Amino acid sequence: MQFINQMKLKFLSIPANVAFARVTVAAFASQLDYTLSDLEEIKVAVSEAVGNSIVHGYDQAPDYYIEIFATLTADTLEIRIKDDGKGIENVEKALQPAFSTDAERLGLGFVFMHSFMDSLKVESQPGNGTLVIMSKRVGASIAQISTEQ
Amino acid sequence: MHLDFELKDNTLIVRLSGDMDLGKADYLRNSLEAVLDQQQVNNLIFNLAQVTFLDSSILGVLLGRYKRISKKGGKVCIVEPQPQVRRILEMSGLFQVMEEFPGEDIALKNIG
Ligand SMILES: Nc1ncnc2c1ncn2[C@@H]1O[C@H](COP(=O)(O)OP(=O)(O)OP(=O)(O)O)[C@@H](O)[C@H]1O
Ligand SMILES: [Mg+2]
Repeated sequence: MQFINQMKLKFLSIPANVAFARVTVAAFASQLDYTLSDLEEIKVAVSEAVGNSIVHGYDQAPDYYIEIFATLTADTLEIRIKDDGKGIENVEKALQPAFSTDAERLGLGFVFMHSFMDSLKVESQPGNGTLVIMSKRVGASIAQISTEQ
Repeated sequence: MHLDFELKDNTLIVRLSGDMDLGKADYLRNSLEAVLDQQQVNNLIFNLAQVTFLDSSILGVLLGRYKRISKKGGKVCIVEPQPQVRRILEMSGLFQVMEEFPGEDIALKNIG
């Protein structure tokens, strides 16, 4: 698929950058014809992934980097969010609703990413960081009108 | 973020505003714990009318306070979340333990 725009962000693993990341990605995404509700959903997904990198990947250490690569094609946004943190022991388990390695947390981050984006893929290995790849189509929630006769 | 507390008949009203995410979670948790340590609080009302964004780390803070309050038989409720915030709360299942009300007055009446 031919891309029409790309961007790359790299920022420190501090909590204040969660807002920076989601607002930046949403501004980039708004070059396509997303609804406001779509953009809200993209914001939640980005916040959850970046928050996970900070909280889990880097255990709140503020001096590491998180990278985001985003690509726009004619009708899709693809976001890659990458940390070089501790990685995930069992990705399948981590993706299950309400699974968390932290008692104060609800384990909903991946649930929101999965619900609000059209695709979600997590690549991770213990000690080797985590890469979250998500995509969302424009108008995916609108039913296709059949022109069959 | 602006955080506002008001204590009415042992019910603590917490008014939150703006974008609430991981960047605000520690501050919110610490502020709430400080008030709960110092005051006699039986019930909690979270007024979310001015909240424009909410993520899972804030849900964790809300549920953590629910656990503390409900242990002593108290109630926690949510007042006037905006649609996008409401959707997150709904998906999280938090409404199963925190009742939602369309205003602080109604929430206070129902709690008392
Ligand atoms: N970038 C990451 N690096 C290391 N571990 C991660 C990363 N992202 C997620 N995890 C692991 O996956 C689990 C599930 O993540 P998820 O976001 O669904 O829930 P949570 O972060 O624990 O809770 P919540 O998102 O509700 O605050 C985490 O508890 C953590 O163990
Ligand atoms: Mg999370």
